[in-house]
Amino acid sequence: MSEININVEHLTRVEGHGNIVLNAKDGTVEFVQWQVSEAPRFFESFVRGRPYTELSHITSRICGICSIGHSLASLKATEAAMDIQISEQTRILRKLATHAENLQSHILHVGYLVAPDLLGAPSVIPLASSHTDAVLTIVGLHRLANEYSNLICGRTVHPVSLIPGGFSHIPSEKQLKEMKQKWIDAIPNVVAVAEIVLANAHKLPDFNRETEFIALTADDDYALYDGDIGSTDGGRWPVEQYLDITNEFVVPHSTAKYTKHKRDSYMVGALARFNLNYDKLGPLAKEWAGKFGLSPVNHNPYMNNVAQLVEIVHSIEDTLAQIDKLIEMGVDVNERPKFEVKAGRGIGAVDVPRGILFHDYTYDDKGICTKANCIIPTNQNHNNINLDFQAFAPTILDKPEKEIELLLEMLVRAYDPCISCSTHYLDVQWKR
Amino acid sequence: MSEKPRVAFFDFASCEGCQLQVVNLEEALLDVLALVDIVSFREAMKEHSDDYDIAIIEGSITRPIDVERIKKIREQASILITIGACAHLGGVQRLGNQWTPEENKAEVYERHPGSEITKGDDNPFFAQPRHRAVSEVVKVDATIPGCPIDSQEFAKVLIALLTGKKLPIPDYPVCVECKKNENICVFELGGFCMGPVARAGCGAPCPTHGGECEACRGYVDHPHTQAHAEVLKKYGLSPDEIMTKRTMYNYRDHEDKEEGSQ
Repeated sequence: MSEININVEHLTRVEGHGNIVLNAKDGTVEFVQWQVSEAPRFFESFVRGRPYTELSHITSRICGICSIGHSLASLKATEAAMDIQISEQTRILRKLATHAENLQSHILHVGYLVAPDLLGAPSVIPLASSHTDAVLTIVGLHRLANEYSNLICGRTVHPVSLIPGGFSHIPSEKQLKEMKQKWIDAIPNVVAVAEIVLANAHKLPDFNRETEFIALTADDDYALYDGDIGSTDGGRWPVEQYLDITNEFVVPHSTAKYTKHKRDSYMVGALARFNLNYDKLGPLAKEWAGKFGLSPVNHNPYMNNVAQLVEIVHSIEDTLAQIDKLIEMGVDVNERPKFEVKAGRGIGAVDVPRGILFHDYTYDDKGICTKANCIIPTNQNHNNINLDFQAFAPTILDKPEKEIELLLEMLVRAYDPCISCSTHYLDVQWKR
Repeated sequence: MSEKPRVAFFDFASCEGCQLQVVNLEEALLDVLALVDIVSFREAMKEHSDDYDIAIIEGSITRPIDVERIKKIREQASILITIGACAHLGGVQRLGNQWTPEENKAEVYERHPGSEITKGDDNPFFAQPRHRAVSEVVKVDATIPGCPIDSQEFAKVLIALLTGKKLPIPDYPVCVECKKNENICVFELGGFCMGPVARAGCGAPCPTHGGECEACRGYVDHPHTQAHAEVLKKYGLSPDEIMTKRTMYNYRDHEDKEEGSQ
């Protein structure tokens, strides 16, 4: 008779609070669940009554790690509501902003949060002694990604230069050229980190469960800033139809809402984007995907870590190309948006580090928000994580309890969940 | 056994951006690690110990379970430091205190299947009080303001605490730092700024990047709010707009006054 009872309260090395519960007896899983216990903040309620100028600043505070993405989705919603057109320069600078955030967030996740699992350490702190060079390389890349975010957005956590219609502060050509050179110089360091992950990639479990992947998709671009909603099950929809895709519902064991589309759940994030938009990746990014044997459509959620690494390479490649484009156009540092405030409803979608993000606002004729809805990537993944648990846990019960625990932790971590983003309420009457 | 002070990080209702700002110290974080032992930092490490000297708190205090948790932390810690506007002022989410918890829940959930379980207070965890600052619940020894905190200021305050020096948190308005940056005044550019009453120390990044100060660091000790309101009025803001401007981060101030007048 063997019993396994795992209860990981407040999973570490993820953003926010979540629990893993597994009860098994005699080789059979009796109960397994991913629970979300984060404290609620009710953003959609308290932005009512606030002026359009504040909306992106307030909703940026949904998440410290993806505050640039929230700002951009928020601005796009406001611009759609008021029919505000943006310039080509703004569009390119915003693409740079998405790359800067993708780099910052993915380097943090792969380098600080996932690498310890691959290298057998509890956190990056002991790695600083055991793998000093690697840690310093990762820290250097993280610093550069933050410097890049600061340059484009004014500040890396809670940006200040991103405003409705454009930018309140624009970097100079000289600064952009210097940033480009820094990323060119950083490529060997990225390759060094990728080599370390590659050497340890066999530690990522070979677990496959077929699911639907949803991400932004575009004809001419690896869609991050702009695109339609796409699905690996087929279909393409304008972002205005997002409610038909997300179908939110409430469950008792999660303080975050759940979503589902055609199947019982779907997945968003780097792997979803990779699976949908592989063809649009840069050549070096494709080369690295090949080295890991990653090709679309891949159904192993652990490979989200590798997809993030591939996207790090892509974001550098596209950064270089987009900066060249800006320089060729000539940078107008004095460009400021002009528009008229008006009533309306608008929807904005951006594919941020953890996946597709929707903001939906209604404004009155003074530009005061009267209704808001935000659907966050991690919300959309919680249900998929739970179904992964149900499929994966029965296959690993023969392993020691500590190893089962680690594998389940690694599974959640692979999704890079951002739990405080996704959470609205709490209900933890938890008795099993 | 190490002789270094043992530091633990804890988060409540927040975006965790202030803890990220600690990570964003980058290489300098390794220098901080030379001075202290970090024994708990859930966002970044799996190791955890309940034996700590210094507790660093991010987030606002929301539910009864959060009150219990912060009280336990206070009992254990010799020094309790808050980081960020959520812990300091209640955060932007404090704006939700304008409505009852049931009204907030209805606005967010009622349109979805399954929402009936969000109603009522049957579950003690679900009985939601208002958002509060940490100092409204337990004694706080040091406050690092900001939304988010400034990484360098965090390091300076920690070092000052460890060496018994005066905390380097200024008591002059953001205007001072804005002027040092040689910015044209936001009011002259047609904007409306909280800089004249907001506590400095951030280096005025918002007006420097074409924005306006939103007073995320709270007010200076003796803010000239009346004079500031006159200025806002002179530049064309209505009383409602002035209130909106003030409440984004400082709804607490407004709430206290409302309660005081009752």
